[in-house]
Amino acid sequence: MSAPILLDPTNESRPAQREQLTRPASVKGLTVGLLDIVKARGDVYLNRLEELFVAEGAKVLHFRKPTFTKPAPPDLRHEISIQCNVVIEALAD
Amino acid sequence: MKPQLPDGLVAIVKRECATCVMVDPLFANIATSGTPLTVYTQDDPTFPTSVSAIHDADLSVSWHYDIETVPTLLRIENGEEVDRTLGLSKDAWQKFTGVTDLGADLPVMRPGCGSLSVDPNLEDELRVRFTSSTLHSRHVELASAEDEFESMFTRGWTDGLPVIPPTPERVLRMLTGTTRNPQDVVAIAPPNLVELTVEKIAINAVMAGALPEYLPWIITALEAVCNDEFNMHGVLATTMPVGPVIICNGPGTKAIGMNSGVNVFGQGNRANLTIGRAVQLTIRNVGGGKPGEVDRATHGNPGKLSFCFAEDEAGSPFGTLAQERGIAPQQNAVTVFAGEGPRCVVDQAARTPEQLTNSFAACLRATHHPKSVLSFDAILVVSPDHSRVYAEAGWDREKILSELYARLNIPGTELVKGALDMAEGLPAKFADRIVPKFKAGGILLAHAGGGAGLFTSIIGGWANGTMGSTPVTRPVLS
Repeated sequence: MSAPILLDPTNESRPAQREQLTRPASVKGLTVGLLDIVKARGDVYLNRLEELFVAEGAKVLHFRKPTFTKPAPPDLRHEISIQCNVVIEALAD
Repeated sequence: MKPQLPDGLVAIVKRECATCVMVDPLFANIATSGTPLTVYTQDDPTFPTSVSAIHDADLSVSWHYDIETVPTLLRIENGEEVDRTLGLSKDAWQKFTGVTDLGADLPVMRPGCGSLSVDPNLEDELRVRFTSSTLHSRHVELASAEDEFESMFTRGWTDGLPVIPPTPERVLRMLTGTTRNPQDVVAIAPPNLVELTVEKIAINAVMAGALPEYLPWIITALEAVCNDEFNMHGVLATTMPVGPVIICNGPGTKAIGMNSGVNVFGQGNRANLTIGRAVQLTIRNVGGGKPGEVDRATHGNPGKLSFCFAEDEAGSPFGTLAQERGIAPQQNAVTVFAGEGPRCVVDQAARTPEQLTNSFAACLRATHHPKSVLSFDAILVVSPDHSRVYAEAGWDREKILSELYARLNIPGTELVKGALDMAEGLPAKFADRIVPKFKAGGILLAHAGGGAGLFTSIIGGWANGTMGSTPVTRPVLS
């Protein structure tokens, strides 16, 4: 059998490798971003988390995606990255 | 690279052609007349006998100058072709050469033969020889003992069914279906947001089993799904069982052999199935959208392999979906809709348009959930047997839709949470309102299906509008 040559149907990219940040020992003094993807009842979950984080001494900032069906806009991602130390994205229903 | 031809007359011939043999003696007459003449021979380097010739052994001259017939006589001035004549036309040859009595004993006209450069047995090989530099994709060289079909499964390139190996020959042949440059970026493909070139689409179209003439439809469908309006990212990522439903309109659907009739959503038609499959394979392979990864569908549906059909335009008493959506008559077009699998509406008794519309409305009411309102669109694909009821009553598209919408205004008492003993529903404040099942424009009306059967199909949609997906219609360009 001859050795066929095929053309690669993929985008030929490799995912960028990023080191995971070390998990903080405590959230005290950190800014925690809570990203609501606007699925039903996501706010219930995030508001409860806010109570818990505030009790632990963290500052909490809320963010919202325009719709859960699309990726978060680049500007929103940038906002979160410069304002927060950690982020939690709610995936509720 | 295109070879440079010398100024003067250039003839391309082959010995295998009787017309070329017939004109052989004329070349000596032309040469002695003072007109510079260069002869290229495709097959036998000793032919023609009356003058010496250059052997176009790799057919480079024939390919690059688009020679389809031999003999072809070209007139070259300042390195550029300014005129050509095909076969033997004595009048044309005399004018080209200025030799007024050229071939006096020959027939007035004799057609030529096919050029070797367009021989079906050689064409693919020549296309690779002369145009493969236009392809930029990585070459994947398989081991000689490797089963190419199995290796494509192993590499994760397939949708679960076997695919055609995308060799350079096949991909270049596929690209003859479009006038677009292989490196044109058609769209940004979700979910990985990568540039989607015509070449990558052609590769996936080959794998899907498509023919070159389907390629413009596939490109257009991909342009239509890869944008914020249609939101292919969300259609992939959702847990709901939806995928791109592709509805094709225009005379081109017949030209490429699409099915708009019997078993229109089913198996058996190459164009319907491979256009839809090519779109999904491209999203999978180029965009990176794979089930279990970004595709999180709870059940999915078999139409996510391919769900593509043509509208039965000739038989429609209410015009076409494409025209309704702003496309000119006779213009080929593609409409994409984020839809689930079709479900059948059975009404074999309705003989008036009102009765039939009542049935359609009742079934549309149940789409997704009888208490779900305004969140989802739907396509109603009316069969010929059902559309006849409307045609006989003189109902046009506007009338059918207005009667449907009128029957789909639902009392809030049936929709609020707890009503009908179902937890699903609207907040209590809607109890005293009338709420439409569909937003304006939320029902898309199409005509397709076999000539027998009092059935119509509903294709339910996905989250509509800016929150989810909006149907997109685009003209198909070559």
